Amino acid sequence: MHLILFLIFAAVCVAGAVNLLAQRHPINSALSLIAVMAALAGEYLLLGAEFVAAVQVIVYAGAIMVLFVFVIMLLNAGVEEQTKGSRVAVLFGVPGVLTGAVLTAWVLLRHSGTEAVALGALPGHPIEIAHLLFHDFLLPFEVTSVLILIAIMGAVVLAGKPEAEERKAG
Amino acid sequence: MFGAYVPLSYYLLLSAILFACGVVGFLIKRNIITIFMSIELMLNGVNLSFVAFAAHWHALAGQVFVFFVMVVAAAETAVGLAIIIAVYRTRETLNVDQVNLLKL
Repeated sequence: MHLILFLIFAAVCVAGAVNLLAQRHPINSALSLIAVMAALAGEYLLLGAEFVAAVQVIVYAGAIMVLFVFVIMLLNAGVEEQTKGSRVAVLFGVPGVLTGAVLTAWVLLRHSGTEAVALGALPGHPIEIAHLLFHDFLLPFEVTSVLILIAIMGAVVLAGKPEAEERKAG
Repeated sequence: MFGAYVPLSYYLLLSAILFACGVVGFLIKRNIITIFMSIELMLNGVNLSFVAFAAHWHALAGQVFVFFVMVVAAAETAVGLAIIIAVYRTRETLNVDQVNLLKL
C-alpha cells in the first residue's frame, strides 16, 4: 500500500517537474510547481513527518508560490522567448545527463538491499520537533529570525520606489 | 505484506530526479522567474532526502533542518522576487539574455 502511494506521489512529482521545464509560460510552470510541492507533502506524510508535510503545504505551496504567482501577474510575464542553444550543448549534454542519471540510479539501487524505511514508524510529532527546535537548535532559530528581518527590509528597499521618483512625486 | 516498506533508495532517487530537473530548468530556461522556480525545485529535492534520511536514521534533527531550509527559502524568495521587480523596472524585460550589462 505504501509503495503504491509512494509511486503515485512520485509520478505526480516527476510529471510536475518535467511539465515545469516543458511549459513556456511562467504561470503554467508555477502551477506545476505547486502540484510538485503538494505531492511532496504526500511523500512526507508517508515518511511519518506530519509537521513537515503541513509546513510544506502552508509555507511552500501556500505562501511562497502565492508570492511567485503574484509577481508573475504583477509583471505581466508573457510567453518565454526561445533562444537558440548551442549544438555542442545538445551533443554532449544529453548523453552526459543520461550517463549521470543511470550512474546515480545504479549506485542508489545497488545499496537498496535490505535497507528499508519503516513507514510511519518515525515519531514526527510536533511536540518532539518543538523540543528539538527550542532546546537543541535554539540559537539557529533565533538567528533565523534576524535573517527574516533583514530579508523583509531588503525586499522592501529593493521593490520600493526609487528615491528619485519619490522626490519627484513628493 | 507487499509494499509495506519503501526502500530508502527510492526516496533518494526521486530526490535526485527532482534536483536534476531543477538544475536542467536553471540552465535551459530564459525567463528569470522560471529560473527562480527551478531553484525552489532543487531545494524541494534536497528537503525530500533530508526527511527520508531522518526517517531512516530515526533522527528528528533532519526534519528540523527541513524547517530551516524552508525558512531560508522563504527569505530568499522574498528578496529574489524584489530583485526581479527591480530588474524589470530598470530593464523592462524578464529575459536573462537581455540582462547583460555586466558581460564583456
